Amino acid sequence: MKFVEEFRNEELAKSLVKRLQEFSRLNINIMEVCGTYTMSIFRYGIRDILPKNINLISGPGCPVCVTPQSYIDKALELASRKDVIITTFGDMMRVPGKKGSLLKKKADGADVRIVYSPMDAIKIAENNPNKKVIFLSVGFETTTPMTAITAIEAKKRNVNNLLFLTAHKIVPPAMEALVQDKELKLDGFLLPGHVSAIIGTKPYEFLSEKHNIPAVVTGFEPTDILQGINTLINMIYKKEHRRTNEYKRIVRTDGNAVAIEYLDKVFDVVDTRWRGIGLIPNSGYIFNKKFEEFDALNHFQMEYEEYDGSPGCKCGEILKGKITPLQCPLFKKACTPENPIGSCMVSSEGSCAAFYRYHSV
Amino acid sequence: MCLAIPGKVIEINESKAAIEVGNVKREVFIQLVPDVKLGDYVLVHAGCAIQIVDEEEALKTLDILKELAEDEIC
Repeated sequence: MKFVEEFRNEELAKSLVKRLQEFSRLNINIMEVCGTYTMSIFRYGIRDILPKNINLISGPGCPVCVTPQSYIDKALELASRKDVIITTFGDMMRVPGKKGSLLKKKADGADVRIVYSPMDAIKIAENNPNKKVIFLSVGFETTTPMTAITAIEAKKRNVNNLLFLTAHKIVPPAMEALVQDKELKLDGFLLPGHVSAIIGTKPYEFLSEKHNIPAVVTGFEPTDILQGINTLINMIYKKEHRRTNEYKRIVRTDGNAVAIEYLDKVFDVVDTRWRGIGLIPNSGYIFNKKFEEFDALNHFQMEYEEYDGSPGCKCGEILKGKITPLQCPLFKKACTPENPIGSCMVSSEGSCAAFYRYHSV
Repeated sequence: MCLAIPGKVIEINESKAAIEVGNVKREVFIQLVPDVKLGDYVLVHAGCAIQIVDEEEALKTLDILKELAEDEIC
């Protein structure tokens, strides 16, 4: 595949690994805030080839993982209604709520359908005029513009039985919350590549300007990640605090202006709750006044409750990078991909799922 | 969840395009990339093209990586 294979070149990767092995003096903590990086780093064995002093921490980079359990419980409550069809991305199906998962609900007879895009939910709504079709709209800035387009399209077509249960997250404020956590000693960030494709690199200015932390946005192939780490470590050694873009084939400084316009047109920015982290100011999107007719919570007069995790699950500390999954007493015992207790084990991009699949103990 | 892959645009029809990823053809929405042209590569996420791949920048990045590898050999 073009723009993929070239960035998997073995010789280029070897040269980058050799360069990285020269950095062995300082203990360095790098956080990546993107589940797709987490998976790529494990898949290509990047943790194993880095010098031991470079510690890669997986941050809250997986939208499914950071969605509070109270959201899942609302989705399950709605799925129980006879007049509702739930539509969702596949990754949400197995996330455990207090009483089962969407997969269990479906097995019990609820109408829960997996879709590839929120636009598919419009078709389902048009074909089922007597039902309320609810799309579970979970995601970061990468995914949310498509929900905006879907809501605009539904309004245009007068589809009045389509609703969205939203848990849209905005990534930079969560990063700022982590930087301010004194227990975490972060030396640099690998910025989320595809979130940055939408928002650009300016929203991370606070890292260098307020907190003196360098950051690199990079791609997802092995040479991209190795080069990203290489650039970041060079900056850490030289005590430089810049933002660098190593993913220029996709990420522009100002992001995707059209996508940002769609977000501004349809959503308001609000404080929102992140699993394991709690309420973070200005870190979420909800429908604005013009589009609030699409909000499932408004429609059914419901509210999210203030809890976010499963009892005993250490997802919160794992998402903040304070412990690795190996330090959670449930990992590989009570909590496995077949029987997940926390969302980090459910999503294929969650830290626990990645450690389970790739890390031999 | 933010997984996205590059595909080549082979047909454009108003707000939709057909793209080719390897040997697989699929339909994607292109509202977020209004300037897209036939033959461009777009990055696709959740059924939607979110950015046009900048071929020139891709080649520049590869050149930098190759230079780093050559420095190593010398």
